[in-house]
Amino acid sequence: MSTQASRAAARLMISPSVILLFLWMAVPLGMTLWFSFQRYNLLMPGQTGFVGFQNYEYFLTDPAFFTALWNTLFLVGGVLLITIIGGMLLALLLDQAIFGQGIVRVLVIAPFFVMPTVSALVWKNFFFNPVNGIFAYIAHFFGFPAYDFLAQAPLLSITLIVAWQWLPFATLILLTALQSLDSEQLEAAEMDGASIWSRFIYIMVPHLSRAATVVILIQTIFLLSTFAEILVTTNGGPGIASTTLTYLVYVQSLLQFDVGGGAAGGIVAVILANIVAIFLMRMIGKNLET
Amino acid sequence: MARKTSNRRKLVMTILAWSVGFVIFFPILWTIILSFKTEGDAIKTPLQVLTSHWTFESYTLVQERSNYFRHFMNSVVISFGSVILALIIGIPSAWAMAFVPGKRTKDVLMWMLSTKMMPAVGVLVPIYLMFRDWGLLDTRTGLIIVLCLMNLPIVIWMLYTYFKEIPSEILEAARMDGAGLRSEILYVLTPMAIPGIASTLLLNVILSWNEAFWTLNLTAAKAAPLTAFIAAYSSPEGLFYAKLSAASTLAIAPILILGWFSQKQLVRGLTFGAVK
Repeated sequence: MSTQASRAAARLMISPSVILLFLWMAVPLGMTLWFSFQRYNLLMPGQTGFVGFQNYEYFLTDPAFFTALWNTLFLVGGVLLITIIGGMLLALLLDQAIFGQGIVRVLVIAPFFVMPTVSALVWKNFFFNPVNGIFAYIAHFFGFPAYDFLAQAPLLSITLIVAWQWLPFATLILLTALQSLDSEQLEAAEMDGASIWSRFIYIMVPHLSRAATVVILIQTIFLLSTFAEILVTTNGGPGIASTTLTYLVYVQSLLQFDVGGGAAGGIVAVILANIVAIFLMRMIGKNLET
Repeated sequence: MARKTSNRRKLVMTILAWSVGFVIFFPILWTIILSFKTEGDAIKTPLQVLTSHWTFESYTLVQERSNYFRHFMNSVVISFGSVILALIIGIPSAWAMAFVPGKRTKDVLMWMLSTKMMPAVGVLVPIYLMFRDWGLLDTRTGLIIVLCLMNLPIVIWMLYTYFKEIPSEILEAARMDGAGLRSEILYVLTPMAIPGIASTLLLNVILSWNEAFWTLNLTAAKAAPLTAFIAAYSSPEGLFYAKLSAASTLAIAPILILGWFSQKQLVRGLTFGAVK
């Protein structure tokens, strides 16, 4: 089937997307790299010029950077932990014989389709609000003082919102994997006297590990660029208590108009994301082959 | 005896699953309930909210005050526009990689996936400046281009996994029967490829509809889709719970319905075919 002519045609068909994706990657990234070595502030149009690694020096020694780095790790790690464990439990539950399974599935999946700005504002106003929020009513009902979630635990609150959005995704994938599990294998193990626990550990967990890897990979990609949830709930605050790396770069470049500094931050974010990406791509690459 | 216990177990599991499902769905349900209340009723205690009277007034207010419909149309044009553009670029590529795989096809696919790993902030500054210079800030065209490129790797991956499943023997059989390239594509491949293309369209429209980094950073008022429109409620004036709920319900309803249809494609599409 693959004659010379069809090979040439295939190359022609692939090239538009390869070229576009390459340009989309290389041109802006190249410009970011270029800006990161320049003094370039939109508020000071006269003062431009090459400054070497100064932007990086400022960005990396800024205490805000370490806070943002930690916050990013907390957010990504927290959401992964909640969604993997919660998703595993939910998938096991939904895999049971229950009445109205289809409807429950639909209810559980729904949060994934809610746009980030909506889910963040819904949680912020209707649940976390210390005066009118439902959590405040519940606290009052049991005689506790209301807790101001977004002021006192901003990062944890945002982590919970994002985890709510991603729990359906993890559940759905782990459930799909669970349903592809060979039930005869489980029955055989049961006949041989394996307990529920050892069936779970020795048969289900290895089977689910591939799906869990995929969940971690995909979610990490999306979670590293969490933005809207922070913007509409806390604006990165109080102070910088809920500023992630993505948000810090946004503040620096679009709010403080420091193009050079923002670009340096952007490059740092790209490098860090790539460290994660290489690690994870290797995992998915291995998984895709077997 | 055995049957009875298994029935009881089923009942317990059903109650447990329904309760968990209800808790997870509750924020959406509560938003829908609040959207049918007056502003005054919407901030009362949960019990009072449920017993207060129901009204459509927030929906009319949202449309009157902020021209909801225009933002809705922006969302429709941007999400469908970007995905259709991505399909036009992506279908030939996925096609070629699935039917004429070369030595480097896997590498090209992995490289495409790797472009998704680039954090958007890494290119925010240049894209913003280019858009400013080219007059693309706050335009639908600008967002269509950016979201098209954002989704292109997912579009190609999804199409690739679908096309891969079309048996190539069928092509050979058609060729044996004397079908030319044109009739081969029209009568043999297209009917088999359409379900895959439709699923790809559906899932990527959902992703574009909910995209909230570029839409928030590259639009102001004119081209703002629903994500940006709703974000304006983060610093509101006066009572706004009912209006926020009405606007949110309208913004998520179409995608919630589309989404429920696309459950299966969601798993396959977003895992790049690794979990089916």
